[in-house]
Amino acid sequence: MELPKEFRYSKEHEWVKEEGDNLRIGITEFAQSELGDVVFAELPEVGDEVEVDEPFGSVESVKTVSELYAPVSGKVVEVNDELEDSPELVNESPYDKAWMIVVEPSGKSGLDDLMSADEYEAMISEDE
Amino acid sequence: MDQQKKTPLYEEFVRLGAKTINFGGWQMPVQFTGIKKEHAAVREAAGLFDVSHMGEISVKGEKATAFLNSVLTNDVEKLSEGRAQYTMMCYENGGTVDDLIVYYLNKNEYLLVVNAANKDKDLEWLLAHQTGGVEIDDVSAFYAQLAIQGPKAEEILQSLTDTQLQDIKFFRFHAGTSFAGVDGKALVSRTGYTGEDGFEIYLPASSAVDLWKACLEAGEEYGIQPVGLGARDTLRFEAGLPLYSQELSENITPVEAGLGFALKIDKEANYPGKAVLKKQKQSGVGRKLAGIEMLDKGIPRTGYEVYDEDGENIGFVTSGTQSPTLGKNLGLAIVKKEYTDLDQIVYVEVRKKMLKAKIINTPFYKR
Repeated sequence: MELPKEFRYSKEHEWVKEEGDNLRIGITEFAQSELGDVVFAELPEVGDEVEVDEPFGSVESVKTVSELYAPVSGKVVEVNDELEDSPELVNESPYDKAWMIVVEPSGKSGLDDLMSADEYEAMISEDE
Repeated sequence: MDQQKKTPLYEEFVRLGAKTINFGGWQMPVQFTGIKKEHAAVREAAGLFDVSHMGEISVKGEKATAFLNSVLTNDVEKLSEGRAQYTMMCYENGGTVDDLIVYYLNKNEYLLVVNAANKDKDLEWLLAHQTGGVEIDDVSAFYAQLAIQGPKAEEILQSLTDTQLQDIKFFRFHAGTSFAGVDGKALVSRTGYTGEDGFEIYLPASSAVDLWKACLEAGEEYGIQPVGLGARDTLRFEAGLPLYSQELSENITPVEAGLGFALKIDKEANYPGKAVLKKQKQSGVGRKLAGIEMLDKGIPRTGYEVYDEDGENIGFVTSGTQSPTLGKNLGLAIVKKEYTDLDQIVYVEVRKKMLKAKIINTPFYKR
């Protein structure tokens, strides 16, 4: 299962990519595979505040609804509008085309509290 | 973790890379390749399902017909050899014990096919009402059950048997059928839970793997797919077929669920719930099952509450998803009768937001 080494990961199966001062956020390959065919993504709006470990949106597959938990706190500065019309991108390109939001972290980024690719991989293989 | 039961096909699921879930105590495949792909295969070609988790109960003896007529809502007297019937068992208050199919095997010999999660409860219910001259046995462990569904199902299955499948009409069956690897011991009926043409096959558990493999091989050129419970649910949902615990339950009567055709209120035999159900059928019900289509963006899900424009609670969603065939966000909901007219605007509460929807006709899909 693909896990970009340079990303950080949350226990709720989000990935975080550092881009200058901002953080780009999406869900992992493992998460999309557990969900199955994604048909709907509900995301916040630019300007909304997100808080670490709190829901910032949700993603729905044919079968189920899954809340998205913010891996960090901050302000939403970009939202991937393409997911509105093409939610299937979450299945097809979870680390690239299906990024969900870009957050400008408030204060300390919280990145240090997240897992490395290796740590995340260890966590999901324990779950299985 | 409780030991989950496995069907004879479990090893095949693993081999095919299925994702499995616990369903009614059984470890069952939820999907093989993906719900949308499996769903489309059944609508356009054919799908193969393992439904061996379903319960089978044998009822026989000189009083079997009279007994069943005193516990089932449909009229067992209408059955004859080779015929099956969709029916219910109800509580005295009209709530539903289970929905099931009864097969007439021989005079005073029947096979009841019940929901996996309800099997023990059903058996207890039957035993509690048992009369003399009736033998009731749980024969679930003996039977495996496969379903082959879709426009190509008959052609594929016909290539595996000498039994003339075209002679088996809807809700009829042929017992003593031979298929590849199953020597005269299968029962095949033209029934299903997908809204497509197709068959369900009951056979000795020991032959299930052979028939499963034969169906996949014979169906390959037609595009057959093994199908999990995920697509089984979306297929039955589009076809407006009820799922026990959602559209039917101990709190929802068959009349409320729009299944009055399976209740005979004029038959002579008395059965639990008859008085209540008769009244509901004759004078109407205060709430009933209706189809809803979301107008705002959002997907209705089981248990979501439904409101009118003044914010008064008028019911709840029993099932909902994005229909793979229609691409619309649809739901089935039990709502107050006065809100069930076509195009009536209602509101579904989705994550604390009131989203607009309208009442539409069911079934959502008809072949």
